[in-house]
Amino acid sequence: MTDVASAGVDAAVASAGVVDVLATRHAYVAFAVLLCIGLYMMIANPHLVKKIIGLNLFQTAIFLLFIASAYVEGGSIPIVPSGDVEAGTFVSPLPHVIVLTAIVVGVSLTAVGLALCIRIYDEYGTLRTDTLRELMRDEGSLPVESAVNGDAPAEGADASAAVDDATADGGGADD
Amino acid sequence: MTDVLLPLAIAVPIVAATLPIALGLWYDDIGWPIAAVATTAVVGIAAGIVAEVAIGGRFTHALGTYQPPIGIELVADQLSAAVLALIALVSLATLAFSRVAGPRGNPFYSGYLLLVGGLVGMALTGDLFNMFVFLEIVGITTYALIAADRSGASAYASLKYLVVGTVGASLYLVGVGYAFLATGTLNMVDMREQIVAQAGYGDPLIQASYALIVAGLALKIALFPVHTWQPDAYQRAPDAVTAVVAALVSTTSAYALIRVTYTVFTVDFLAANDAITTGILLVSGASILAGSVLAAMQSDLKRMFAYSSVAQFGMIGAAIALANETALLGGIVHLIGHGLLKFGLFLGVGTLALGYGVRRIEDAASAAREAPFTAGAIALLGLGLVGIPPSVGFLGKWYIGVGAVESSMAGAGPAGIAVAVVIFVSTLFTLSYVARLIERFYFAGVGLPGGHGDDAVGHDDDPTGGRDTDPAGVAADGGNESGDDHTGDGDAPDDGHVPVAPVEGAPRLSLVPDRVPPASLAVLVLTALVTVALGFGGFALSEWFGPFLTEVFA
Repeated sequence: MTDVASAGVDAAVASAGVVDVLATRHAYVAFAVLLCIGLYMMIANPHLVKKIIGLNLFQTAIFLLFIASAYVEGGSIPIVPSGDVEAGTFVSPLPHVIVLTAIVVGVSLTAVGLALCIRIYDEYGTLRTDTLRELMRDEGSLPVESAVNGDAPAEGADASAAVDDATADGGGADD
Repeated sequence: MTDVLLPLAIAVPIVAATLPIALGLWYDDIGWPIAAVATTAVVGIAAGIVAEVAIGGRFTHALGTYQPPIGIELVADQLSAAVLALIALVSLATLAFSRVAGPRGNPFYSGYLLLVGGLVGMALTGDLFNMFVFLEIVGITTYALIAADRSGASAYASLKYLVVGTVGASLYLVGVGYAFLATGTLNMVDMREQIVAQAGYGDPLIQASYALIVAGLALKIALFPVHTWQPDAYQRAPDAVTAVVAALVSTTSAYALIRVTYTVFTVDFLAANDAITTGILLVSGASILAGSVLAAMQSDLKRMFAYSSVAQFGMIGAAIALANETALLGGIVHLIGHGLLKFGLFLGVGTLALGYGVRRIEDAASAAREAPFTAGAIALLGLGLVGIPPSVGFLGKWYIGVGAVESSMAGAGPAGIAVAVVIFVSTLFTLSYVARLIERFYFAGVGLPGGHGDDAVGHDDDPTGGRDTDPAGVAADGGNESGDDHTGDGDAPDDGHVPVAPVEGAPRLSLVPDRVPPASLAVLVLTALVTVALGFGGFALSEWFGPFLTEVFA
C-alpha cells in the first residue's frame, strides 16, 4: 500500500515537473524509449535483419543506462597519474568497463545473428518471416495446419507450433 | 593453492577451444581428440574441486589477485560443485555420442569447448556481471551449435532462440544494472550485505531489479509463456547438441536463478515481497501444466521431451519461490536429476535414430525386441522422468511436493497445496506420454512378421515369449527371417505399426542385439543406471546440500 501511495506522490511530482525530468533525467528517458522501440521492432517487424537491428537498439539502450548512471556532475576522467594524489571528483569507471564488455558481447551476437540470416537467405531466398513460414510449411519443417488454427494452445500440437511462431516472430501476418 | 583449480576449470576448455581451429589448418579430424582431452581434464579438475568442497567446504579464488568486492571472485560451494560435476560428466559423455553422430568438423568442437567453458564459468562465478558474460558465452555458442545441422530449419530455430535468448540476457543485465545502481557493488556476497545496508527489501529499485533478473532468466530457462524458442531449438539441433543443450544450458540458467535468489536477494527478500513470489509460483504452475499437456500431444520424440523440460523447470521454479528448505532441496536435486534424465533420454532418442531411423513415436514399434538394451534404458529413464521410485526423478519431485505441503501447513496459505496438486497432475500427464512410448516399444507390432510374439504364432509358446525369449538369438537377425511361419490371422494392425528395422550400415555388436553404436549405448545404459543409483542416495544428497541450505535459511 505504501508503494502505491509513494508512486502516487511520485506521479504528482512528475506531472508537476515533466519538463524538469526531461531536462535533468533525459538520459534515463531515452533509455526507456530506446528499450521500448527496440523491443517493439523485434516483435512487430517481419524482416529478420530488422529484428536484429531492433535487438541492437535494445542493447544500446542498456549501455546508455550504465553510462548515464556513471556520470557525476563536474566529474573528470578517472585517470590518476602515478605519484599524483589529487583527490578530485571522478566519474565512476566501473560502468564504463561493463559497457565495454557488453558492447563486445553485443557485437558477437550481431555477427552470429547475421551469419544465421545469410544461411536462411541461401536456403529460402527470403528474410521475411511470413514468407519463410510458408516455405517451411511447404518443405514440411512446420506443420501444415499451423496457419489456420487459432491461438489456443489446447488445440493441438500444430496450433502450439503456430503460437510458438506467432509469439517469437510477433506474427508476420499483420503486415 | 587448491583454489587455483577454479580458474583452471574455466580456462582449460576456453583455451583448448582455440586449438581445433588452429590445428585444423594442418589436420582434418583433430577436433574430437582435443575436445576429449580437454573435457577429461575438466572432469579431473571438477573432481578435485568436489573433493576440496567435501573436505573443507566453501572456498574462493580472487581473479588476478584483485580482492573482492572490487575484483571478480570465483566460488565453489556444495551447490556449484554439484552443478560443476554434472557439467563435466555430461560434456565428456556427449563426446562418445558426437563421435559417431556428428556434427563433424573442427569448428564444431571449438564451439563445444567454448560452451563447456561458459557453463563451468556460470557455475563457479561469484560476480553478477561476470555471470552475464558467461551467460552470453553459453548463449552464443548454443546458437551456433544448434545451427550446426546445416538445414534451413535449424538456422531459423537458432535465430529465433538468438533473439529471445538475447532479450533474456539483456533483461538480466538491466536487472543487475538496477541492483548495481542501488548498492554500488557487483559481488554477490557483498551485494547481499549492501542491499540490507543501503536499500532494504522494500526498495522499488531492488524489487524491479529482482523482477527483471527473474524475467530474463525465465526466458533462458524456458518457462511457460516464454518457452517458445525451446521446442524448435531442441528438435532442429543435431542429436548430440540436443543432448548436451537439454541437459546443461537451461539447467545452469536455473542454477543462476537459485544462486541469485538465495545468495544475493535471500529468503528474507522473498518473504518481504509476496507479490513477486506469488507471480513466480503462478508462472511456474502454468509452466508445469502447459508443458506436460503440450508434451503429451507431441508425436516427435525430441519435441515431446523438449516440452517435458518446460514442465520440469516449472517445478524447479516453484521450488525456488516456495522458499522452504525441503522444497529448495527438492529443486536442487531435481535440477541435477532432470539434467541427467534429459541427457539420457535425448541420447537414447538420438541413438535409436542413428541405428533405426526412429524419430517419431509411431516409428518405434517393437523397438524393445530389436534393440532391447537401448529401449530398456530409455524406458528406465522415462519412468524416472515420471517419478517412479527408485529414481532421482522421484526424489526431486517428492521433496518439492513435501516442501510445498509443509509451507502450506506452516501457514503460507493454499499456494503450497496447489503446487503439490499441480505436480501430481503433471506426473499423470508425464506417465501418459512415457507410457505411450513404452507401449510402442514393448507391445506394438504384435503378430506382424518380425514383431512381438511372432515366433509364438503357430507354436504353443507363451504369448509373451517375443520379449522374454533370448533377444540375442531372435532379434539380431532383425528382419524377415524370423517371420517365415507367420500365419496372418487377419487381425494384424494397420500400416503405421511396422516394426523398426535397422538402417543401412547400422553397426553389429557381438554382445547385444542392438544395432547401435557401442559407445553411445554404453553411455546410455550407464546414465540410466546412475539415475537409479542416485535415487537411493536421497540421504546422501540431503547431507551434501545441507551446509548450503543451512547457510541460506540461517
